[in-house]
Amino acid sequence: MVPVPFRIAKVIREIPGVYTWHLKSLDGKPFVYRPGQFNMVYQFGVGEIPVSISGDCREPDTLVHTIRAVGPVTNAMQQLRAGAVVGIRGPFGRPWPIDEVVGSDLIFVTSTIGLAPLRGLIHEVLHRREDFGKVVVCYGTRGIDDIMYEADLHRWRARFDMHVHLTVHSAPSGYRGRVGGVVAAIRAAQVDWPSAQAFVCRSETLTRQAVDTLAGLGVTKDRVWVTLERNMQCAIGLCGHCQIGPTFVCKDGPVYRYDQIEPLYSVREF
Amino acid sequence: MVHIVDLEETLAHHPFAQGMDPEALRTITGCASNAVYHPGEYIFRDGDPADNFYLIRHGLVALEIHVPQGPPIVVETLEAGDIFGWSWLLPPYRWSNDARASDQVRLLKLDGACLRGKMENDRSLGYEIYKRFVPIMARRLAGNRMRIVELATEPAVHSRQKG
Ligand SMILES: Cc1cc2nc3c(=O)[nH]c(=O)nc-3n(C[C@H](O)[C@H](O)[C@H](O)COP(=O)(O)OP(=O)(O)OC[C@H]3O[C@@H](n4cnc5c(N)ncnc54)[C@H](O)[C@@H]3O)c2cc1C
Ligand code: FES
Repeated sequence: MVPVPFRIAKVIREIPGVYTWHLKSLDGKPFVYRPGQFNMVYQFGVGEIPVSISGDCREPDTLVHTIRAVGPVTNAMQQLRAGAVVGIRGPFGRPWPIDEVVGSDLIFVTSTIGLAPLRGLIHEVLHRREDFGKVVVCYGTRGIDDIMYEADLHRWRARFDMHVHLTVHSAPSGYRGRVGGVVAAIRAAQVDWPSAQAFVCRSETLTRQAVDTLAGLGVTKDRVWVTLERNMQCAIGLCGHCQIGPTFVCKDGPVYRYDQIEPLYSVREF
Repeated sequence: MVHIVDLEETLAHHPFAQGMDPEALRTITGCASNAVYHPGEYIFRDGDPADNFYLIRHGLVALEIHVPQGPPIVVETLEAGDIFGWSWLLPPYRWSNDARASDQVRLLKLDGACLRGKMENDRSLGYEIYKRFVPIMARRLAGNRMRIVELATEPAVHSRQKG
């Protein structure tokens, strides 16, 4: 699969070091995908990286990626302005299992950039709002200055049919919101724990902590959905770059049911 | 009398007292009173004698750390169902942070100095109290360790520069 050229139509600086691109394909074709899938994004002459698709899949004319600058490729991409052209291969990977969770209360647990892979799913859940029970988003950030997708969070918070529990690690005195780890936000959620389905998007250590907290409240591990991230090259299950134990993240993931990959979380430096 | 009965009932409904031995509950009720704080009001301050602990009935309480030559920082908020203040259990019985009402807060205030005396003479009461405090302390410690992991793995943001 060769990269298809897309033009960056808009760049949004979400927070320092994190940027969102709105991309349009040069051939004008819609980009069809499902929430949870990812693309290989290629900056010509620099490199190619896997990035989740963060937009609304019902708007296939605009492809949305949110990227955190952490290394050579993501830093170089941060320099690109509207008008620049990048290559896209995809969509790849297993999407979030939205049809499997119809009828349940849904709780989304994430922090900082982890909202990027979940954002498309939340959009889709809201499009199909009548299919689900309660919808609760628990989102944590370092401080009040690094809240991603702030406009979305405000919009979601203003709705009468969903709840957003935001927490920050520290705040200036006088701040009236919740301060603490994401665990505090999970505990504040009021869902039917024995039947709720949870979507967790955090680093691996913090995923375990979230899963343990959810388990303590009654969410069994077969009702927790997570994503794994690994270095990738081919993204189609050939090169083995993304292999962890028996699984290839590019084709079997990046979305997994937690109970099916739990042993991988206890492998050191996997 | 009605007042005591009300307090006992309020206390019994707080998660802190779930499954508590009735005798211990009665003793603790004897050391309890209701308290209301308005937004911004201090409940206690760093360095003051720690002779109470608190059960939150309603509202948000901010735990703040005083930063020399800067405004205080909120490091944690606690809400209805939570309990705060354990310095009354540990010598030298002084608060090590500030607690402030983030909004209108209704609390049950427990007289720790009075309970300390009673626990010396009644070890089973002491056991009831420690049985409730230790898991909360352990949970907060574990939570803070995870926050260190999170802070160490997330990039810092220093100023608001969106656009
Ligand atoms: C399926 C999938 C979806 C992804 N979605 C997104 C997304 O939506 N937005 C986004 O910003 N990034 C996403 N990533 C991560 C992104 O691919 C990497 O950050 C990127 O490859 C880093 O490339 P680099 O050359 O800039 O830095 P590198 O030199 O490759 O890495 C720089 C530093 O970042 C660390 N790092 C690299 N990859 C990751 C990772 N996945 N998680 C945590 N730390 C990492 C490295 O250990 C190293 O310390 C995703 C990864 C996968 C596998
Ligand atoms: S990236 Fe090549 S096998 Fe997954």
